[in-house]
Amino acid sequence: MENEKAILPEVQQIADAINAAVKNAGVTVSINPSPAEQHSLLLFPTKARECAQWLKAESPWQLDYLSNVSGNDWPEDAITKQTPKQPVKDAGEEPMHPCLEAVYHLYSIRQSLGPIIIRMRTENRSDKVELPSLTPIWRSAELQEREIFDLYGIHFEGHPDLRRLRMWDEFEDHPMRRDYVEPDDYDYEPTPHGDVLKKSLTQQEGTV
Amino acid sequence: MDEGLKSELQKAGIFTTTLSGLYNWGRKNSLWPLQFGLACCAIEMIATSMARYDLARFGAEVFRPSPRQADLMIVAGTVTKKMAPQVVRLYRQMPSPKYVIAMGACAISGGPFKQGYNVLKGIDRFIPVDVHIPGCPPRPEALLHSIMTLQRKITEDSLAKNREKEEQERLKSELPIPVHGAQDLEPAQNPKIWKAPAARKA
Repeated sequence: MENEKAILPEVQQIADAINAAVKNAGVTVSINPSPAEQHSLLLFPTKARECAQWLKAESPWQLDYLSNVSGNDWPEDAITKQTPKQPVKDAGEEPMHPCLEAVYHLYSIRQSLGPIIIRMRTENRSDKVELPSLTPIWRSAELQEREIFDLYGIHFEGHPDLRRLRMWDEFEDHPMRRDYVEPDDYDYEPTPHGDVLKKSLTQQEGTV
Repeated sequence: MDEGLKSELQKAGIFTTTLSGLYNWGRKNSLWPLQFGLACCAIEMIATSMARYDLARFGAEVFRPSPRQADLMIVAGTVTKKMAPQVVRLYRQMPSPKYVIAMGACAISGGPFKQGYNVLKGIDRFIPVDVHIPGCPPRPEALLHSIMTLQRKITEDSLAKNREKEEQERLKSELPIPVHGAQDLEPAQNPKIWKAPAARKA
């Protein structure tokens, strides 16, 4: 089974180092079952800022450059369909719960190493969607966390200016979530097929 | 005036024209575009104004930064729903007579991003468009061709006083500006300007 293959020694090393340096950090390795094998570190939201500060300033890897922050949506069906044979599990062998997730890609400019990937998950997808903002530690997270707030709905606590970036301020939904339904406002193409054909057959004239 | 008589007189050194001919000639050869590049088509628009394709020989070299001084709006690029009210606002601020060229697939109908949640599916949902240029992006020659088409359109304008036309022109400056609603623009399109195409029969 993929999960029993040896985890990259570096990623496990980093997890152990954080757990040793920051009290009660509880960092685990989240295994990436795809051929890319970019395993990531799963942080607890309560301790994430301390771990991040340690990684940037005091760790031997000096991760001073945050290059990318991405959002991710894990509804129930995405979790069960993730791999054909088994649901996604962390190293702790427990299946994931439906949540929203923020993934950070860190590099070290001084030591030319990276990417080290860290993740944080919210408690659920509906009301408990807060995560600590890592903008005070890496400034490049500022606009990216705003984008994730706009498109996924994760509320970053401690962010200096959290408002929508891509959509307008009065917009009331989060478009990148997997259950977002876009407004039905485009007409059929000249040669539709598949879902667009079904949609075009039910559209009334003048309603698009 | 009879064309034969005109050329005869020209050979004798007498140049004849009509008042509207002169007026339209002046207008069409000095169309001042509004600087309005939104996305990639703007790069092609810039290329058209540069040395190789030279928009300056059509009189359209000066791209005005202010809508109050422009009479042509070249909508070059994808119009997002976030930007749509500002496009309509700028169009309203242009003085009559004003023209719009929808450059590229995105301005005509949303283009390759037609299923986007933030893409306005064609600027002609809110403002009246005179010339559409297909392409993604259209070549600079296509933009030049569209300017020439617009010039032909302007030549046919008449100076005679026409109440309805004047009323139409006045209403162009009072088009309703869409408002950012909770899920979509409100209204999603202007029904007086744009009607959805007929639904496809099974």
